[in-house]
Amino acid sequence: MVVEMDRAPLDQDEVDRLFGALADATRRDIVAQVLREAQSVSALARRYDMSFAAVQKHVAVLERAALVHKQRRGREQMVGGDVETIRAATRLLDAYESIWRGRVDRIVDLLAQDAGPDDPRDPQDEQTGSHR
Amino acid sequence: MTVVSTTKDTEALRLVIVSELAAAPERVWQVWADPRQLERWWGPPEWPATFVDHDLRPGGRTSYYMTGPDGTKAHGWWHVTATDEPHSLAFDDGFADDAGEPTDDMPVTRGHVTLEAIPTGTRMTITSQFPTLEALEQLVGMGMLEGMTLALGQIDAILADG
Repeated sequence: MVVEMDRAPLDQDEVDRLFGALADATRRDIVAQVLREAQSVSALARRYDMSFAAVQKHVAVLERAALVHKQRRGREQMVGGDVETIRAATRLLDAYESIWRGRVDRIVDLLAQDAGPDDPRDPQDEQTGSHR
Repeated sequence: MTVVSTTKDTEALRLVIVSELAAAPERVWQVWADPRQLERWWGPPEWPATFVDHDLRPGGRTSYYMTGPDGTKAHGWWHVTATDEPHSLAFDDGFADDAGEPTDDMPVTRGHVTLEAIPTGTRMTITSQFPTLEALEQLVGMGMLEGMTLALGQIDAILADG
C-alpha cells in the first residue's frame, strides 16, 4: 500500500484552525455528514434548522481548516469533505494518538482517586483533572 | 508526563502508546476489566461510553455505546482474542449498528495492551493496528470527531511536552 507522506505535519496555525473548526458540535456533524456524501448548503441548513447564512458561516470555518470544500453544482453550492486533509497516515495517526492520550489521562485521574481521603470511587470533575 | 512515548508506524499503520501509571498492574487491570471504571475513561467527557456487556475472557464479547452531546449514540464492540490477567489483553474493536450488531462494512482495529510492573507502578503499552489506510481514515472520521473535544482540552499539554 502506498502511504502518502508528502504532506508536512500540521504546523501550529493549522492545528489551531483544525481544532478550532472542530470545537463546535454542529461543525463536527457537518464534517461527518459531508464525509459520507457531499451535501448542498441548503440541505445542511434544513438539517440543522438554521439559516443559510449561519450554515455558510460554519462551512467557511471548516473550509479555512481545509476540512471541507465547496463546489458549485448548477444553482447549488455543494459541500464535500476534504479527504486529502485527513488522508495522510501521519495525520490520522496523530488524531488517533490524541484520542488515546485523552484516555490515558482519564485512567490517571481514575487511579489518582484511589488515594483520595474518603470514597476512592467518588467521581471528581474529570475536566479539572491535572495533567501530569 | 504520563505518556512516555508514542510510536507511529505509517507503513504498518500501527500506533504504539507507552504510558507509566502510578498503580500496580493488578489495579490497572481493573480499569479495563470493570465496566463501570472503563466507562469513566473510554469516551471523552462529551461522549461518555456505556458498556452494556463486558467480558474480558478469551472469546468474550463487549458491547458498548457512546452518547454524544445531542443524544446521538455511536455503538461499538470488542471481541477479546487473548487474555493474561493482569499482564496482557488482545481484542478486536469495531463499530456496531444502532441495534448493537457488528457492522461488516466498518473497519476493525486490533488492540493489544500489556501491563508491566515497574518500580513506580505499571508500564502500559497499547498497540493499535489498523487494517488499511482507508479504514484508519474512516475511524478517525468518526473517532476524531468524537474525540476531538477531549483533545482540545489537552492540546496545550501535548504541545507543551513537544
